[in-house]
Amino acid sequence: MDINVFRGLMSVVLLIAFLSIVFWAYSKNQKKPFDEAANLPFADEHEDDHNQGASSSLEKKKHD
Amino acid sequence: MSTAIEHPTYNYKVVRQFAIMTVVWGIVGMLVGVWIAAQLAWPALNFDLPWTSFGRLRPLHTNAVIFAFGGSALFATSYYVVQRTCQARLISDGLAAFTFWGWQLIIVLAAITLPLGLTQGKEYAELIWPIDILIAVVWVSYAIVFLGTIYVRKTSHIYVANWFFAAFILTVAILHIVNSMAIPVTWTHSYSIYSGATDAMVQWWYGHNAVGFFLTAGFLGMMYYFVPKQAERPVYSYRLSIVHFWALICVYMWAGPHHLHYTALPDWAQSLGMIMSLILLAPSWGGMINGMMTLSGAWHKLRTDPVLRFLVVSLSFYGMSTFEGPMMSIKTVNALSHYTDWTIGHVHAGALGWVAMISIGAVYHLIPKVFDKKEMYSVDLINVHFWLSTVGTVLYIASMWVNGIMQGLMWRAVNADGTLMYTFIESVEASHPGFVVRWLGGVLWLVGMLLMAYNVYMTVSSKASEKAAAQTA
Repeated sequence: MDINVFRGLMSVVLLIAFLSIVFWAYSKNQKKPFDEAANLPFADEHEDDHNQGASSSLEKKKHD
Repeated sequence: MSTAIEHPTYNYKVVRQFAIMTVVWGIVGMLVGVWIAAQLAWPALNFDLPWTSFGRLRPLHTNAVIFAFGGSALFATSYYVVQRTCQARLISDGLAAFTFWGWQLIIVLAAITLPLGLTQGKEYAELIWPIDILIAVVWVSYAIVFLGTIYVRKTSHIYVANWFFAAFILTVAILHIVNSMAIPVTWTHSYSIYSGATDAMVQWWYGHNAVGFFLTAGFLGMMYYFVPKQAERPVYSYRLSIVHFWALICVYMWAGPHHLHYTALPDWAQSLGMIMSLILLAPSWGGMINGMMTLSGAWHKLRTDPVLRFLVVSLSFYGMSTFEGPMMSIKTVNALSHYTDWTIGHVHAGALGWVAMISIGAVYHLIPKVFDKKEMYSVDLINVHFWLSTVGTVLYIASMWVNGIMQGLMWRAVNADGTLMYTFIESVEASHPGFVVRWLGGVLWLVGMLLMAYNVYMTVSSKASEKAAAQTA
């Protein structure tokens, strides 16, 4: 295959790949998992209260 | 230094170490910056010594602020964010400690070798080959700790901030190793394995992606955690963050040639670099809008929370400099701006306005958390720091715009007979007021960092832990 045909095809493949990511990201199926993921920064807030006597499952895995 | 109780789940020790060093190296790097800014206005300040000449201190300044200050901020925040969003401890405390001490050793070696004039002569990759090898070892360890922690996560999703941090770590490893390939001839000297225009292209493929991944992707990782956290609401659009991620990392790779407009680089490569730089506006602004819109419905918090102000204003400067960058990459604009102070102003709009301000906001957020305090010692001092930084950045970039455009116009002005209208030294003389204003902007920044150091010291050394505060409440 001519190198320039290959380069042209690569451009098309990358464009399709990018559009696929966009369609995937904006598909209805991803709404719920993304909402969960978006809340991850707030999911471990009980960890801040660690020294107030709460014993979460994570705290049992004490390393030090 | 700290009386904080060890966190039962997370390794906060390494976060605390890097967070403190962020402040220390910020002061050192900005002090050198203020000094060389003063040298440009008052050249006698180089003291006629080789070790304190501008040419040796300038790489010391860039290395100190990018790799020591910015690098420590990235280590601190990435280790903090990956643990908290994966709900898992770093996979190896020993390797994490190695990345801290290794990185500090690299910074000290840089501070010794650069004033001695030991350099590879590649911008932002000046360090000599033995230090380059040490960087590669530390960086690979960093990748193992970070990616290993993602691997053992207790959550099902990998939060988007970790995607950005991971892309930053992996890409910087590749950039550093490829660009630093050299044949050593002595312990302090080596020759790059690339030559001619290829060497220049490899260097600016590295150089621009150091901007794109070290100074952008890593700090976007910071943005995606600390802006939602400080605003107490999830990011505006998680979908947009995913498109933002893939678009940004795919496009940044190709923008390097805009550093080599009108050079020996083939013309098509220059044009390609320009087009890709223009496209880059879209993902950059996508991310900026995503961060800004996170505050929708919570804008009132800006009135009372200077930490949030740091984070949001950093996004404004990010949006501004990522508009300016593509514009400057247009060849006809670049014909005016290249080699002038405009470039320096553009870099500092990004480096001070975006990178430093988001780092400072993030450090103010995490210092009380990792040292087990309720809040920073003084919120008012954070507010003063915010205004010093904002005014300092505006003075800096405005003076460099004026200088840059003036220099570009003076250099291209020709008489009717085709001879140059101005000598170079006339443009230097005309730049003097701008150099003084820029120095003043730098001084404001340095004062702000000193206030931050005081505030952090008082917070860390205070006796009241969060627990004690909760019990008395």
